[in-house]
Amino acid sequence: MLLTIEGLTKAYPGVVANDHVSFSIGNGEVHALLGENGAGKSTLVKMIYGLVRPDSGRMTLRGVPYEPANPNAARSAGVAMVFQHFSLFEALNVAENVALGMDHPPPQRQLARRIREVSETYGLPLDPSRLVGDLSAGERQRVEIIRCLLQDPKLLIMDEPTSVLTPQEVDILFQTLRRLAADGTSILYISHKLEEIRSLCDSATILRLGKVVGRCTPREVSAREMAEMMVGTTLQVPTRAATEPGEVLLEVSNLTLRPASPFGTVLRDVSFSVRAGEVLGIGGVAGNGQDELLSALSGEARDLDGAVRLRGRPIGKLGPTERRGLAVLSAPEERLGHAAAPDMSLTENVLLTAARREGLQSHGFLNWGKSRGFAEKVIRAFDVRTPGADVAARALSGGNLQKFVIGREVLQRPEVLVVNQPTWGVDAAAAAAIRQALLDLAQGGAAVVVISQDLDELMEIADRFAALNEGRLSPPRPTRGLTMEQIGLMLGGAHDMDVAHV
Amino acid sequence: MIRLIKRPTPSRFWTAATPVLAVLLTMIAGGLMFAALGKDPVAAIRTIFYDPLFDPNFASYSRPQLLVKAGPLILIAVGLSLGFRAGIWNIGAEGQYIIGALCGAAVGLAFYPAEGWYIFPLMVMAGALGGWAWAMIPAILKTRFNTNEILVSLLLVYVAQQLLAAMALGRMRNPQGGGFPGSRNLSQYPAASNPELIAGTGMHWGVVAAFIAVIAGYILLQRHMLGFQIRLSGQAPRAARFAGVNPARLVVFCLGVSGALAGLAGLFEVTGPAGQITIDFNSGYGFTAIIVAFLGRLHPVGILLAGLLMALTYIGGELAQFMLGIPSAAIQAFQGMLLFFLLAVDLLSNYRIQLGRPEVA
Repeated sequence: MLLTIEGLTKAYPGVVANDHVSFSIGNGEVHALLGENGAGKSTLVKMIYGLVRPDSGRMTLRGVPYEPANPNAARSAGVAMVFQHFSLFEALNVAENVALGMDHPPPQRQLARRIREVSETYGLPLDPSRLVGDLSAGERQRVEIIRCLLQDPKLLIMDEPTSVLTPQEVDILFQTLRRLAADGTSILYISHKLEEIRSLCDSATILRLGKVVGRCTPREVSAREMAEMMVGTTLQVPTRAATEPGEVLLEVSNLTLRPASPFGTVLRDVSFSVRAGEVLGIGGVAGNGQDELLSALSGEARDLDGAVRLRGRPIGKLGPTERRGLAVLSAPEERLGHAAAPDMSLTENVLLTAARREGLQSHGFLNWGKSRGFAEKVIRAFDVRTPGADVAARALSGGNLQKFVIGREVLQRPEVLVVNQPTWGVDAAAAAAIRQALLDLAQGGAAVVVISQDLDELMEIADRFAALNEGRLSPPRPTRGLTMEQIGLMLGGAHDMDVAHV
Repeated sequence: MIRLIKRPTPSRFWTAATPVLAVLLTMIAGGLMFAALGKDPVAAIRTIFYDPLFDPNFASYSRPQLLVKAGPLILIAVGLSLGFRAGIWNIGAEGQYIIGALCGAAVGLAFYPAEGWYIFPLMVMAGALGGWAWAMIPAILKTRFNTNEILVSLLLVYVAQQLLAAMALGRMRNPQGGGFPGSRNLSQYPAASNPELIAGTGMHWGVVAAFIAVIAGYILLQRHMLGFQIRLSGQAPRAARFAGVNPARLVVFCLGVSGALAGLAGLFEVTGPAGQITIDFNSGYGFTAIIVAFLGRLHPVGILLAGLLMALTYIGGELAQFMLGIPSAAIQAFQGMLLFFLLAVDLLSNYRIQLGRPEVA
């Protein structure tokens, strides 16, 4: 056994993050840590990496007691971690970034050689002299991984590593991880993507509400069984009756749009149409124009050339309020600060989008009673867990606020609904509820556009699929019959095809 | 170890209690300062906060002053608070105040010596328009060229002061004033004067306007879509755009309203308590109103109370200088402490203090 954990407990005021968690990882084993948001995965790995000190319990690393006081101690004991969010300087090159993370960095040329060695050994194509600012998300992650591998770790912790990767990049990563495992490095792999875990991991520990609720060998159980262990209930798979798509409601033709911010993505020649009763899924790695596309459809960004049309009528010059008047609604990705005002109550937050359609104002005067009534209706219909409608939006958990934001739009009977990342960071049960609501809406004759990074989600609910890459949209194709490989090509992971040179 | 922990929702209790706490802390710290200056701290605090209202010798003079001083402060601060809530920073109310007074006085002087009920209302309109127009300069520059409204509005104060001097010495100088700078005395011209409405209270039309502004401001912020959009824009600009708020229109509205109210304050001052346009007509109400707006939590009712409190410290401060010989710098420091403590204890509404050992994290 490499690492054994016994009875690890950590309590924060009001919540027990980890309650007597025990498991062990063997040498060369790829071990999955599986659980919903808030199940205690992060706290657990933070304790292993020396960021948080446990209240009680024991850890044993290679037969000796292991109590890291800080990440430095953890690293020198042979534990390395790749975080979900990268800590890299864009203005420095790869080798310089790696050197910054080392206690005693060797001279640059020597370091560059070692980076090249490691990257070749493990099939991680990376040029040490390139600027990090020019790298894709997948390549940036390789920098982080190589930074860890240079320390020759015994245990590598990876926190949701695939959330920013294209399917091709995921494949490269998995090959690397398998090779590492074959060389005897153990990997603790944190994720909630079940198919990945089934294809990569040797064993899994499932956490729920801070407790270990199950262990399994992922290859031998179905993704659904794992999900149900994770959630603790039987999962409702979204369903819909087959419907004939109706007339074209929303049509976008050759939309080209400069972003308002200098860091945004330019939309180039985007065209698609959505019919009544249809769900169009738009996939792609974040930062490829998703936010810009949503604002072009919500009315935050205007197009003056008539590229966006509702039932054939140009609506590009209309602002968000006018579009809402025409039943074109939207829900942006960023919940706090964009879809909702953090410090305002839920009653106030329904006014953001529902004031006009729900008659919450007359002659400009607000009807607080009706606003509260509508907020309570959303809370009831979408099972938003909150003490009441007077609570500030920021007091809600991410998943509950997301349910509120989606519910607020769905209950306004939209004809066109555009959502960006509807289930990002939402637990499995809530995600299923949100997807079902979107499907029901389409069933009722609305045109729904779902922009998401979660390909499984899009495959589950979308009738047709298109991919955004660097501001360009691939032509939509029917979802049925699409293979992962075809999707990967549509996502156009162009800058990651260089795996071939290795 | 003292640690601050962010509250999930701002505490209602502390939002209301912090101004009171700030006043108490100011009394304590100010008392220490007065003691260090060799003055009796209890007497000093009493002279500032109690004597202006209740002392048998001074109250008959200083009590009406309370409304006379608080009126313009409240009127300007209510206007400013709208913009401050939306993240639009009009720092130039002093300039709008001057221009409002000049425009209003110009209308009154143009009619001199005619009599007519319509003259004063016309002057009021001219005053509001003058302040509004002066505030439109930063508004249009901001919406057209994206200039910073803080700088533009502030620098326009100095332009307005030059205009004021030019007018007092030139076009508006009293032809029968024996060559002295300054206009005719409007408070002695019945058709254009803003008299004390109820004897012995200090109540004049400007105070009435301030009370109306408080009520209107309250209704706007609590009950009207525009007020909601103002609050939303200040708290979450991106969410405001998503909700369909037009930022440029909001800039024009907020600067316009605050300019018009500052102009009105100037007009009521020049026709009443000040009486005439002079070189040093402006006395800093436009800047003090910024403090009043924050002291009142940018809330109309809070501003009403803060304006009265601020006026009290001014009157009481003068009295303390006169009675106890406390230097005016110490009075200003005392007023500064009030703002300092207010901002400092503001923390309590969003954070709670935890005493004890820190968590290892």
